[in-house]
Amino acid sequence: MIVGAVGATPYLLLSALLFSIGAAGLLIRRNALVMFMCVELMLNAVNLSFVTFARELDDLGGQVAVFFVLVVAAAEVVVGLGIIVSIFRRRPGATADDLSVLKG
Amino acid sequence: MVEWFVFLVGGAVCVAGAIGVIASKNSVHSALSLVGTLFGIAVLFVAQDAEFLAAVQVIVYAGSIIVLFLFVIMRLGVDRTEEITVDPLTGQRTAGIVAGVLLFVGLGTIIALGAVTGAPSATAEVDLAVPNVEQIAREIFTDYIFAFEITSVLLIIAVVGAVSLARLRRDAFVDDVSGDDLPESDEVTA
Repeated sequence: MIVGAVGATPYLLLSALLFSIGAAGLLIRRNALVMFMCVELMLNAVNLSFVTFARELDDLGGQVAVFFVLVVAAAEVVVGLGIIVSIFRRRPGATADDLSVLKG
Repeated sequence: MVEWFVFLVGGAVCVAGAIGVIASKNSVHSALSLVGTLFGIAVLFVAQDAEFLAAVQVIVYAGSIIVLFLFVIMRLGVDRTEEITVDPLTGQRTAGIVAGVLLFVGLGTIIALGAVTGAPSATAEVDLAVPNVEQIAREIFTDYIFAFEITSVLLIIAVVGAVSLARLRRDAFVDDVSGDDLPESDEVTA
């Protein structure tokens, strides 16, 4: 089933939809944790399109790329959540609006 | 027919979860909605012959990253809900939604009008007779061996960075100046 009954276009459209929802959420929400989740959403949307192209072009390189994206996403989440914990240990505010020390 | 059914169900779960992530007031609900999206994407991976990635998706994302998110949410206080109806920056919500819609329209136009280009693979063909895990392992440990080794360095750096960031260091509070509404350092020990 290299090219299945569902072609590449529906998968790519779904991927674009998920990416757009993630981007809109990143712009709308101000809770740093939820913003992080939106970044994960966008990464997953891109992973879906990687796998779709891997199937469409019959190339396993796309799946390997997704593997590396997963690793980098895990590292990113660990460091990001560490930063969030160390920020919120000092400040009670939970939103990105409260982090305005550099505003001048 | 079966593929369409799987795609529609998986896609619906993905989109519903994604909307749940950005529309939930409580961040725990957002995290659980994200689990739904990740599972939906894992289903779509299976539908596209990427079984290994589907398993990794469930184990790494739903199993550990979401748990990490939930840990941090609980650590920071689970009762802290965001008031998502107020709009501190005027028009931010509208602008964000408009930007998202425009992004989707742009990407969708490209996808609908364009075609997948590029030559079929000559070196890394998908051979459905060979197990998916075996093929990916062969790729990673031959063509992508340097990237794989660098990945281990990246993971170690991330672990060390996370430990040193989350560690409690009293002498590192460089922004502890008067006039800044910071809590007293006694609260930090809690």
